[in-house]
Amino acid sequence: MQVEEKKEFTPLIVAFCCNWCSYAGADLAGSNRLNYPANVKIIRVPCSCRVNPLFILRAFQRGADGVIMCGCHPGDCHYTTGNYYARRRMTTLFSMLDYLGIEKERTRVEWVSAAEGVKFAATMKDFAETIQKLGENRKLRDLRCEK
Amino acid sequence: MQRIGVFVCWCGTNIAATVDVAKVAETLKSEPGVVFATDYQYMCSASGQEIIKNAIKEHNLTGVVICSCSPRMHEATFRKTVQAAGINPYMLEIANIREQCSWIHKDKEEATEKAIILGRAAIAKVHLNAPLTSMESPVVKRALVIGGGIAGIQTALDIADAGFEVDIVEKQPTIGGKMAQLDKTFPTLDCAACILTPKMVDAGSNDKVNLYTYCEVDKVEGFVGNFKVTIKQKPRYVDATKCTGCGECTTKCPSRKNPNEFNMGFDNRGAVYIPFAQAVPKVATIDPDDCIYMKTGKCGLCAKVCTAGAINYEQKEEFITKEYGAIVVATGYNQIKPTEFEEYGYNNYKDVVTSLEFERLMNAAGPTGGHLLRPSNGKEPKKIVFVQCVGSRGQSCRDKSYCSKICCMYTAKHAMLVKDHYPDVDVTVFYIDVRTPGKNFDEFYRRAVEEFGVHYIKGMVGKVEEEDGVLKVQASDLLANAQIHMDADMVVLAAAIEPDKSARPLATMLTASMDTNDFFTEAHAKLRPVESPTAGIFLSGTCQGPKDIPETVSQASACAAKVIGLLAKDHLLCNPCVAHSNETLCNGCSTCANVCPYGAITYEDRLVMDKGVRETRRIAVVNEAVCQGCGACTVTCPSGAMDLKGFANRQIMAEVDAICR
Repeated sequence: MQVEEKKEFTPLIVAFCCNWCSYAGADLAGSNRLNYPANVKIIRVPCSCRVNPLFILRAFQRGADGVIMCGCHPGDCHYTTGNYYARRRMTTLFSMLDYLGIEKERTRVEWVSAAEGVKFAATMKDFAETIQKLGENRKLRDLRCEK
Repeated sequence: MQRIGVFVCWCGTNIAATVDVAKVAETLKSEPGVVFATDYQYMCSASGQEIIKNAIKEHNLTGVVICSCSPRMHEATFRKTVQAAGINPYMLEIANIREQCSWIHKDKEEATEKAIILGRAAIAKVHLNAPLTSMESPVVKRALVIGGGIAGIQTALDIADAGFEVDIVEKQPTIGGKMAQLDKTFPTLDCAACILTPKMVDAGSNDKVNLYTYCEVDKVEGFVGNFKVTIKQKPRYVDATKCTGCGECTTKCPSRKNPNEFNMGFDNRGAVYIPFAQAVPKVATIDPDDCIYMKTGKCGLCAKVCTAGAINYEQKEEFITKEYGAIVVATGYNQIKPTEFEEYGYNNYKDVVTSLEFERLMNAAGPTGGHLLRPSNGKEPKKIVFVQCVGSRGQSCRDKSYCSKICCMYTAKHAMLVKDHYPDVDVTVFYIDVRTPGKNFDEFYRRAVEEFGVHYIKGMVGKVEEEDGVLKVQASDLLANAQIHMDADMVVLAAAIEPDKSARPLATMLTASMDTNDFFTEAHAKLRPVESPTAGIFLSGTCQGPKDIPETVSQASACAAKVIGLLAKDHLLCNPCVAHSNETLCNGCSTCANVCPYGAITYEDRLVMDKGVRETRRIAVVNEAVCQGCGACTVTCPSGAMDLKGFANRQIMAEVDAICR
């Protein structure tokens, strides 16, 4: 019987960032050289309301250990109301995921403005630490996708 | 299958120091569809762009992935590059490996691996990109300037100079703003009124400039080139077209106990008033809260003395709707009332004033005719203490975290003017740092110290208390490491400046972003300082950050140049990343139209061919000129008929898959 060497777990985190606030906030974190874990990968969307719950399910299905969605602060949406829709959708989705066994801590919504580079880096650091503690997500992973 | 080229930028050492660029290019070469991959020192340079163009032609590329800085930085540059080489500008994707990779990670292996994954995601997306063409929309050749201070006036005059119509909306009865209240201006000691009022007159008489004073912006619709703005004209209760500005009513008005805002409440005005002698337009305004006739129905004296018959107590607010190609925000600042800073005694002692109040006390047109007198007893002060950084550069919740920028210089000015008019008055300034970066600024400050003998003490004031009509100032001298107890007749607080209160609701109307201090955010801190990230919205003056007059005027003119550049175009290219509905999937349920913030979705009966059946169905149709591409409809659509071009479901899914691979 072969014993596989146990590798240290590094979580995979997908971050959806709206183009106007959070993506710019992430850029600012970069310009200010604010370090956060490399396992956070950002996907740019025009607005947080563009994030389809299916994208988040897909990420979990394909092996993401945590998904975070960042948008403009409520009231500051570039498209006036987009983040309100996003907030409602994510609240519903996350409670449903929690019910299905994807812990609430694995999903998060955070409002980060274009000026909040520090907040962006701190949020990502904190989220990555939380997921690290939670360990691997196996619940939704599609077995057919595994090698 | 696409033929994709991958270009990895070193950005000098910005990327190359932490990311193994050669390895990234080499690894991405083996991705499906990639036929060419290379790395180069500066992809955005002329020679870098040449490499991209040559590769497109040589390898017949259909899609391009550039691994470089943020797309917010150079997406537009590279779109032009690929277009010049003959492929659609939207067949380009950028992997952000600088701001979101090399700059934040120190471990080279980790950063290289992340750069490869980000590159993969971009390649996966480009595979699903489709050529997009921008629609054209016409530009309304008229600009709106919100705020009629020096910033708004300068921007408006410069735009008018280029031959475009411009409207100024000002909420006060006159234009002029804060600068009209100032006495002298640093570093030349020009009289503020002497340099401002001619500009006010210019704005009032220029036939390209329309003034909407005592007005507010009520509603903003539309987008760059085609804004539709509703302006609310507040009732003046005076017919502005008839009023000659003679001032007869203002002297006869029996309601006299209303604090005069222009003089910071140091004297009173009538219920009907003209803010100051050089007001533009010089038209009286009745304050309905102070007017005896409006409150009791008895009086009407102003109507009796007005020979022009301009008084109209029945005036109602009016709404004016106009179209604009560009909107300039010039809402300016206010000085905070230091009521929360109880240690300085501003709430309790009349002789503790803010610097803007002091400005009125020094002004020849002010309540004391330019004679500096103590507000408490009307006597000349012998000792004056200035306190800097009141509410600026602090960490507590009552403080602003930023430097208000103008206080060091105007305090030096005040100190100098006091010493100039009253050489025997003792002037002391308490400071944390003296910041004088500006042309002739440090020379000015040194004159205050060396020539006029103003005492500068590094340290903060801890307490101000009044005893027998004398202010007892307790402070620390940080350089001498000593506690100081000092008597003063007046204490002047350099209170922080903050954006005008109207800025926040206005930003919401304009969908322009603000920072946590309510200053408007610029599109790029260095390269696009006078534009908001929202297309067609421009920033002028202190609404963007603390500024002195020279800086405000330069920014105002820069802002005008940008507006002129926009208005000079006949057509604008719209963002082609808009929603579209798949007519075979759409069932016309109206869910999408309900969430659209722009009203871009309408319904039409269309002949649809579905599964071999031809039938007429009600389907959603997106007006591409109105759609701004937020994507709210795409997620809300229950049948999955709505999708967003450039950020399609399949594209984002492909990115997710590539990242999670």
